[in-house]
Amino acid sequence: MIHTLSVQLENKPGALARVTQLFARRGYNIESLAVGPTERPEVSRLTLRVDCEEHSLEQIVKQMHKLVNVLRVLELAPEESVERELALISVAAPPDRRAELLALADVFNARVADLGRDAIVFEIVGRPDVIDSFEELVRPHGVRELVRTGRVALRRPSPKPTRPRQHVLR
Amino acid sequence: MTRMLGSDAILRSLEAEGVEIAFGIPGGAILPTYDAWARGSGVRHVLARHEQGAGHMAEGYARASGRVGVAIATSGPGATNLVTPIADAWMDSTPLVCITGQVRSNLIGTDAFQETDATGITLPIVKHSWLVQDVEELPGVMKAAFHIAQTGRSGPVLVDIAKDVQEAEFDFRYPDEVDLPGWKPPTKVHVRQLREAAAALLEAKRPIVYVGGGVLNGDACDELRRLVELAGVPVVTTLMGKGSFPDSHPLNFGHPGMHGSKYGNWALNKADLIVAVGARFDDRVTGKVSAFAPGARVVHFDVDAAEVGKIRHAEIPVVGPLKLALAKLSDEVRALSPDGVRPPAEWLRQLEEWRELYPYKYRRADGVLKPQTVLETLQELTAGRDDTIFTTGVGQHQMWAMQYLQCDRPRTFITSGGLGTMGYGIPAAVGAKAARPDATVVCVDGDGCFQMTAQELATAALERLPIVVVLINNGWLGMVRQWQELFYDERFSNTHLTHQVPDYAKLAEAYGCAGFTVDAEDELESALSAALECGRTAVVDARCDPEEKCYPMVPAGAAAVDVLEMPDEEVATR
Repeated sequence: MIHTLSVQLENKPGALARVTQLFARRGYNIESLAVGPTERPEVSRLTLRVDCEEHSLEQIVKQMHKLVNVLRVLELAPEESVERELALISVAAPPDRRAELLALADVFNARVADLGRDAIVFEIVGRPDVIDSFEELVRPHGVRELVRTGRVALRRPSPKPTRPRQHVLR
Repeated sequence: MTRMLGSDAILRSLEAEGVEIAFGIPGGAILPTYDAWARGSGVRHVLARHEQGAGHMAEGYARASGRVGVAIATSGPGATNLVTPIADAWMDSTPLVCITGQVRSNLIGTDAFQETDATGITLPIVKHSWLVQDVEELPGVMKAAFHIAQTGRSGPVLVDIAKDVQEAEFDFRYPDEVDLPGWKPPTKVHVRQLREAAAALLEAKRPIVYVGGGVLNGDACDELRRLVELAGVPVVTTLMGKGSFPDSHPLNFGHPGMHGSKYGNWALNKADLIVAVGARFDDRVTGKVSAFAPGARVVHFDVDAAEVGKIRHAEIPVVGPLKLALAKLSDEVRALSPDGVRPPAEWLRQLEEWRELYPYKYRRADGVLKPQTVLETLQELTAGRDDTIFTTGVGQHQMWAMQYLQCDRPRTFITSGGLGTMGYGIPAAVGAKAARPDATVVCVDGDGCFQMTAQELATAALERLPIVVVLINNGWLGMVRQWQELFYDERFSNTHLTHQVPDYAKLAEAYGCAGFTVDAEDELESALSAALECGRTAVVDARCDPEEKCYPMVPAGAAAVDVLEMPDEEVATR
């Protein structure tokens, strides 16, 4: 099962390496990883996706808590969090196919980031499954290059029946 | 606030931490700090002959004293030579602060002479590490290094300091507090879990307390003993836990594990409740995990939450400092049984019967010295002494030392458990002697191990840190040979070292130590006595039977309950 972890990390040299090294050394596979600044300049937030059993997840979280630079680890359940991803997709678009592609993009709220003679770069931000669908639909047109940021996530502040699961928080 | 150089600030920081001794070797990138030593310091420096030796000395010091060990080395090869002791300290949770010099800040990343990414290389085997490139950060880093090394589950940290930082002048003030928002090891224990643990302990028909090195690291030996005597429950101690509970105590049922006793393994594997205390269900203890103690519920006490449930599910997890947890567990046990605790009498009778039936055994033979005889004699000769500390290398001799030496006090059996570092024994003994100058420090070593760190005999001799090395010389990499004999159809590939090369007694003399050679049983006692009495560093080369195998043995991958004893025909015929 794939789990999403949100990790608050001290913004210090080598801090990210310590987290990724831990995953590598204990044999856990990272599906995606996004890292960037937060509302506090001294803290970065990592959103990690990892495919593992519940028991392994517990181990990962406990091991991460032992890292001196790790401030907080939260598991975010999909129904309790807002998840977004950004993708840039360069699609082959000869003049006779442009209209079709632009119509498709319109449905998905994808923007045109660049338009060339025979290709378009789309920019799409949204739920990862929506990006999957868009990717699927433009693929027959010929995807030249594609990059996805990996998902970022935050806990929903809106009231929910259950609280997010928090692993042994400090 | 005092104006000084970074190099002086390193030594003032060590002094502020109460460090009395550091083990190391100078070199280019750490020269300014050694120059600070020339200007004077309250910290004694012991000059090792190899950085690995310095690291193991710091470990031996830490294990014997309960304080943080300090090792210091230069950049590049100095730092890489420290990697083995750092890994060793990581596996055995030994508190260690390693200080390495680094090339100048402006050269970092250029593949400069003797540059290596010390923090990168050691990333998986330290609790934390720092590369200091700004002298203003130095005092805070030193404070944090000592704090992290010894709080929570203890272990190694690395402080890598650029040469220009050591040379920079600044206003030094040692901080009173650390600023580590991400480092909060547990300081309390949940009462509800303690209550459940106490109830489980009292309800169990066949309880066993399974004690690991965490009890020593957590300074919880007195609390453990009080609990055990209060509840009248039996104990087994792991290799790392040896000495945390007296070996001679009637409730001590020895050591479980690959070369533990049959009764020790049975006590653990046939229990209905395992109370694990500062132990981590290592594969050398459990054997095949799926077959390990199938009928037992588990209460797991550990200061490191990540150990609880890692290998074996714990029905009752108790995370917190062991000293506090065990004291409170005793309180809960007392509260639950106001009329006194009834010990598990039937189970204890059973365990005593097994202990009678399955002692460690071997057979003496004419004309050949048995390693077990050497250890039995060593045990007899040191039993009367007030204070003896044993260290070991890794291999057969280590397992025989565990079996035949009796340790009744904490911090008297110092060995490399998790990493299994051959060559640990001699430098660890030198470090232990530095920690406890009044103790008799004996390194039980193997001939393979001896040759990995023998150069530290020079350190022992010249630094006046006399140790006694009892060399179980069987002429082979004995444990490997044993596996080749039992599991590789006696194909003895590259394990023969010979008894004679080097001549260990002569080598000892070359290093300024006393050397003794023992070929036969009747020379043994006098040589060992002489070595123990001579007041100098001494090596007793006991040339032993190369074919003697270490039993009992749980073959790798087998269930621990199926422990093999020495075959009867060997006991009978040899």
